Amino acid sequence: MNSLDGASRRDFLKQALSGVAALSTCGGRELLAAGPGDLPIQSRVVVARDAQLRGTGSTVESGRVLNLLDRAMQAQFDRDKPIEAWRRVVRPGQTVGLKVNTLGGRGVSSNLQLVEAICERLQEAGIQASDIVVWDRDSEEMEHGGFHLAISGNRVQCYGTDRTGYEQDLVEQASVGSQLSKILTRRCDVLINVPVLKDHDGAGITCALKNMYGVIHNPNKYHPNGCNPYIADLNMLPEIRTRMRLTICDATTVIYEGGPGYKPEHSWKHNALLVAQDPVALDSVGWQLIERKRAEMGLKTLESEDRAPRYIATAADREHRLGTNDPRKIEKIEL
Amino acid sequence: MFGERDLQEGESPVIRGERSTLDRRRFMKCAVASGAVLGTSSKPAAGMSSGGSMQKQDDARFVVEAKFYQKLASKKIKCKLCPRECTVGDRERGYCGVRENRDGTYYTLVHSRVCAAHVDPIEKKPLFHYLPGTVAFSLGTAGCNVNCKFCQNWDISQARPEQIPADYAPPQRVAELAKQYNCPTIAYTYNEPVIYAEYLMDTADAGHAAGLRSIVVSNGYIQEEALRAAYGKMDAIKIDLKSFSESYYRNVVTGQLKPVLDTLVALRKMGKWTEIVYLVLPTLNDSDAEFRGLATWIKTNLGADVPLHFTQYHPEYLLKNLPITPVPTLERAKAIADAEGLHYVYIGNVPGHPAQNTYCPKCRKLLVERVGFTAGKMLIRQDGACPICRQSIPGVWHV
Repeated sequence: MNSLDGASRRDFLKQALSGVAALSTCGGRELLAAGPGDLPIQSRVVVARDAQLRGTGSTVESGRVLNLLDRAMQAQFDRDKPIEAWRRVVRPGQTVGLKVNTLGGRGVSSNLQLVEAICERLQEAGIQASDIVVWDRDSEEMEHGGFHLAISGNRVQCYGTDRTGYEQDLVEQASVGSQLSKILTRRCDVLINVPVLKDHDGAGITCALKNMYGVIHNPNKYHPNGCNPYIADLNMLPEIRTRMRLTICDATTVIYEGGPGYKPEHSWKHNALLVAQDPVALDSVGWQLIERKRAEMGLKTLESEDRAPRYIATAADREHRLGTNDPRKIEKIEL
Repeated sequence: MFGERDLQEGESPVIRGERSTLDRRRFMKCAVASGAVLGTSSKPAAGMSSGGSMQKQDDARFVVEAKFYQKLASKKIKCKLCPRECTVGDRERGYCGVRENRDGTYYTLVHSRVCAAHVDPIEKKPLFHYLPGTVAFSLGTAGCNVNCKFCQNWDISQARPEQIPADYAPPQRVAELAKQYNCPTIAYTYNEPVIYAEYLMDTADAGHAAGLRSIVVSNGYIQEEALRAAYGKMDAIKIDLKSFSESYYRNVVTGQLKPVLDTLVALRKMGKWTEIVYLVLPTLNDSDAEFRGLATWIKTNLGADVPLHFTQYHPEYLLKNLPITPVPTLERAKAIADAEGLHYVYIGNVPGHPAQNTYCPKCRKLLVERVGFTAGKMLIRQDGACPICRQSIPGVWHV
């Protein structure tokens, strides 16, 4: 959770109000009565958008996404310079894992230019290139997503858990019993989550919290009941919680229906990033983004399709406390 | 930044805390998993091992279009193999982890993809009334359609196929190996064979063509159409009836009791030789009422001659906090089932216990003596009768 140091009270109220106003327009959720001034702000979610992110083409432009990332990070951490923001996340000497999502192939995997921009800033913050690992469950899926594998030399590392395997020992947390990727346990001091915002036929949406399914050996066991409470339980694992610093959600291309696979007819070039330290708050904001798009396209709400992402509320409950889904406590900053 | 491809096939990154990442230890553990509980005499089958290497996810040799599914709109499918009826989106897998939707077509990823193969005594399945004293060429793949918290083979059953070293073992090759090892039967076991139904069916056909019988060790969690098609090809079946309570199935097994009971009744109607194993977990499924309800149901719905094995639990997987099942608990279970009128109630996983033997229900003569998984004395006549009183003893006793 970030503090509000550096922000004026006026800015704070303005930002908080804009967040609540945005959330109040969403279908399927009952807003709470209290005004934003009655409750302490706990979690900040930055939604940074650049309508010209792709220039005149279809590919995200590297320079523009770097600029967008910088603005989002500065807003998230109230810093004037990107490097200062990144120093709130990592320290020189640490090894940093970027957990991407490449299940959707070339059409809707974590954006390559975005990942490159993150790596660039991490190195400027003092992280050695070879101490950065871009990873997901499977190397071949990563290649299909546009990533080129690399495991040697003084460069950013890039490979899947299939190259390292999973820990022999099980870790257990309530409903979850799994083996963890050795990339997480042995290669990452710090974890930065780089999910993609997508509709999900079972879970409702997949974004920050669900992206951790790519960390374990048996995600197929945790899809019943809308992935609830499995997603929340999984994210409670100390091996994940203690490493997780930041989520940078790729919302450059969003799937608002028919996910999690790539459905071009239901994809939406939103050209945005969502940045937060609180994954629950980020997923809450992501959910509402998808609901708004669904309404715009004349689709039913996820709630009315009986697949609202209930795991988000579970993640916020007293047993989990992974973050907040209370719109009064989410400071949403739109850039 | 990611523009240079320098990773060689099979190459692994250096990981803290270990020198070699691909895991011969895991492979070996996998290979002996089934026999590890009691240190059995099973031996890995030679001729199939490739030394163990991670399989590529889309290795075409193992990928065959699945049976038992229904295509839905938007490239989704509904699996009709087991009662779970997973609805699976494009590029997703079912609960079992071994069946994948690719562009609206459902595929099994484990056809001929064997990660454990042994020559086992048939008593280890356990089948006590089916060809005693013989050995079965036994195999399994990755994956399972439930997630029992006590699973003894969770290394393979709860894994996805690409996570486990495996060998390519097409049906014809399995039949050849079974003959080479003088096995009159091929056994589908270790993980849950329901989830590799297509491979099981093809291998049973290859085995039958070569004069070999097929037996299956299953949880019985399967839909009726698949049951009739797949287990219709089996010559004998052992069903793990894990409890007689829906809540246990829901909370410990992640499944349902009712479909398993339906399977047992269907197998009875199909005339398949069936034995039942009930793994007794201290405090979870060991009440007198549950034992009595189980025995009454079996007698009423399947008959008194169905062998029932109460087996001892050894702590594993997610229930390591429970103790080994006390032998008196197993004896209590047997006493209740005996009193309810079942004729063949056994105690398993307790080497040397007299309740491992088969006795004539009429004259009480010892007919089959067993030590561990070895059948010693076997006195049942060629016609399946007791040599003393001529009582017919149900089962298949001679090859």
